[in-house]
Amino acid sequence: MTELDWARLSDSLVNFTIVVYALALLGYGIENAFGRRAARAGARAATPSARERVAVSAAPDTKPGTQPDTWPQTQHGTPQNADPGARSGGSSGPAVAGKVGVALTVLGAVLNAGAVVTRGLAAGRVPWGNMYEFAIAASLVAVVVWLVVLTRSGPQVRRLGGFVILPVILLLGIASLLLYVPAGPLVPALNSSWLMVHVAAAIIATGTFLVSFVASVLYLLRSARDRADSGEGRGGVAARLGRRLPAADQLDRLAHRTVVFAFPVWTFAVVAGAIWAESAWGRFWGWDPKETWSAISWLVYAGYLHARATAGWSGRRAAWISILGFTTMMINLFGVNFVVSGLHSYA
Amino acid sequence: MTTVQTPEAGGPVSARVDSVSPSGRPPGTRRAARAPRWLRRSWAYLTSMRTALLLLFLLAFAAVPGSVFPQRGVNPIAVDRYLEENPVLGPVLDRLWMFDVYASPWFAAIYLLLAVSLVGCLLPRLKHHVAELRRPPPRTPRRLDRLPAHASYEADPSVHPREVVQGAAAVLRRRAWRTHVRTDGPDGDPSGVAAEKGYMRETGNLLFHVSILVLLGGLAWGAMGGWRGTVLVQEGETACTTMSQFDQFTAGALVSTDDLPEFCLTLDDFTATYRANGMPEDFVGVVSYGAPGGVEEQARLRVNSPLRLEGTRTYLLNHGFSPVITVVDPEGQMFEGIRAPFLPQDAMYTSEGVFKLPDAKPSQYGFEGYFLPTRPEQGPPIVSMSPEALRPAVTLLAYQGDLGLDGGVPQSVYSLDATRITSGDLERLDSATLEQGETWTLPDGSTVRFDGYDEWATLQVARDPGQFLVLASAVTAILGLVASLLVRRRRLWLRVSPNQESGATVVEVGGLARTDTERFRREFDSLVAGMAVATRQGHEAQSQASDRQAPEATVVRRDI
Repeated sequence: MTELDWARLSDSLVNFTIVVYALALLGYGIENAFGRRAARAGARAATPSARERVAVSAAPDTKPGTQPDTWPQTQHGTPQNADPGARSGGSSGPAVAGKVGVALTVLGAVLNAGAVVTRGLAAGRVPWGNMYEFAIAASLVAVVVWLVVLTRSGPQVRRLGGFVILPVILLLGIASLLLYVPAGPLVPALNSSWLMVHVAAAIIATGTFLVSFVASVLYLLRSARDRADSGEGRGGVAARLGRRLPAADQLDRLAHRTVVFAFPVWTFAVVAGAIWAESAWGRFWGWDPKETWSAISWLVYAGYLHARATAGWSGRRAAWISILGFTTMMINLFGVNFVVSGLHSYA
Repeated sequence: MTTVQTPEAGGPVSARVDSVSPSGRPPGTRRAARAPRWLRRSWAYLTSMRTALLLLFLLAFAAVPGSVFPQRGVNPIAVDRYLEENPVLGPVLDRLWMFDVYASPWFAAIYLLLAVSLVGCLLPRLKHHVAELRRPPPRTPRRLDRLPAHASYEADPSVHPREVVQGAAAVLRRRAWRTHVRTDGPDGDPSGVAAEKGYMRETGNLLFHVSILVLLGGLAWGAMGGWRGTVLVQEGETACTTMSQFDQFTAGALVSTDDLPEFCLTLDDFTATYRANGMPEDFVGVVSYGAPGGVEEQARLRVNSPLRLEGTRTYLLNHGFSPVITVVDPEGQMFEGIRAPFLPQDAMYTSEGVFKLPDAKPSQYGFEGYFLPTRPEQGPPIVSMSPEALRPAVTLLAYQGDLGLDGGVPQSVYSLDATRITSGDLERLDSATLEQGETWTLPDGSTVRFDGYDEWATLQVARDPGQFLVLASAVTAILGLVASLLVRRRRLWLRVSPNQESGATVVEVGGLARTDTERFRREFDSLVAGMAVATRQGHEAQSQASDRQAPEATVVRRDI
């Protein structure tokens, strides 16, 4: 196959990917709309707050002679969702739709990976040299992270699928409609082996932060629902939307774990970028808009990790910080590339 | 109450002590007890997690305007343009340091406060961690079966309890647990084991934060002891690293001009290559370098590949064209091969510049001009069609009169003195567009021939003494971060007691993990299995879980 053939194949694979993801979204949507409610009673019975948020003494070194210090007695096991259908995956119609959604997501991920690989073959280099390729690859990362989460957390988180797939479809749509550039070689400034690691790390971090962002948004919806149920909140749209979501603490944990993975990767991306900038632009850090916003995102996510460990800042405030963090990532991706002109304006 | 929340909130600083309330001072601040109350209070406030969190967000927020407004450190020309276009708002913003955000006192105030807060939090934690590392693992809880992970088995009656304990301790030590054998049994026999693992979590956490502080120090050192100079050299020209030869020179407060290394660079050749679609493919500048008067060596400068020399790096920053003309004045005097660097105005290298002929007679000449590497096939030669010199052309506007060079006032080499044009000291003659080799005769009989072009490159020579420190601390920061996020702290206790009926040794094991209990459970099971095998009682081992009944045998068989 010629390079042009590969390029055409890659373009069609992107289109197929969008279609398959859209069908997966439909599957998840059916399950969400017609499936049984994620049992509220069950979530409450598990009392996630009591189990997960045990306040402990911060000074583990107790005086000699007193009781030996122990950590909080957390119980084992994954949170039990009282809805038996949701727990086991179920075999009812809506549950089948959810399973089909997962199968289509896997198929979409394969097509998405195919699009990335063929793009690389078409251009004769790593397939992340411009914004279009960045978006395609970041979508793949987000979906793969979602599938990993699904495998590890069990079928009760399947209801999140649609909420992850929706922004991915959006990202792919923006990529093919607005960001598309024909496959080709790189400008000299990008011709570096650092491109491979720096941009790859940025893509992995972005895709993972996307999943974290989704989990945080859903956490806020679900906790609005929980508060409405306990008579604290006012209910409203958020509470109605949160009705069918998994337990709040599970969403919170998912958001946190994805950040725990993505944050070091993002740190590495920034450092690798600085090393590259040193040899390409004559300084390792120069407050170029892209650099500035990378640092802003880094600070916000560092704040998120700290907030989770600070009394009064975990929970909903931490979720808002995670949302803020992803917002800065998007400003960096779209705002800086399109609005501000800087050294990173290649797209 | 001093509390640390959520056992699994495993952030890099998850256990940072929140000491907003006066009673909850972090360990180690006791020495400050004699300081005045307000000082103690503000120190506690500054080093509290809440304040650090606030400062983190403040720093992130404060960095935003630097990406919105042009910055002097990045693009001084854009700042001047902004000030020109916004005569009212501009000066106000300038007074607020909006064009020097990252060098502003308020930005510095935030990160310095953050650094102080970090130090204030790190010192007590460092002390605490060192104490933890030297202290034996904590005492065994009375009821091991109340711990989240729990198992018990009976050793073979022929094995002495001492050997049972030592065998189990050996298993733990082999897996890098810090193991402490308790010897408070009858006759000084070992009664059990206390073990702990995962100190790397806090070590990594501290390493990360110390690295961040060192990184900040490296940045400061680089800013104070570093310098940067840029110089434009045309092909064949030489520039040396003395301050007077740089077109632009910036240096930190600690730099003296004696510190500059002495070497010279000659641009032997510059080549830009382009693809068929006009996209640049490569830029190569061939430079000769060496000490003044010494042996010269040659190097190829490219984008992404600077020349590293005596602690400095020389980069190719920019490039452009220097058109070459030959002028014959009305008195027949020939000025051959005059060239001047023209500055690119757009991506297609439409370039602007001037030629000055102060020695022409009867009066001086000046030419304002545009150079187009590729003139359009049709239409006026205003903008170039390609950055590649495919059909070079120069459009010149001739002036005659007094250039004003004799007054001793330095002039730009890229423009004529506009006041002399308006005052009539320079009289405009005529204009023409020339392609390579064409000659133009001016009304006064002088001729101008467009000979061709040379290329020029802007070289930047820079030194940043803090750079290595910044890189090293960034690497250790990442290592510390990964350790603090991945490693789990966990504890394990083991107690032996005789079975009253059979006389065999009953071994009870309990375990506790702060994070990721699921993974700890598997590790615990595997450890217990290993210990049971060590006392040759693998198959009869019994295991029980506190909240989940695992099949007896599977626990033991794992990892065998």
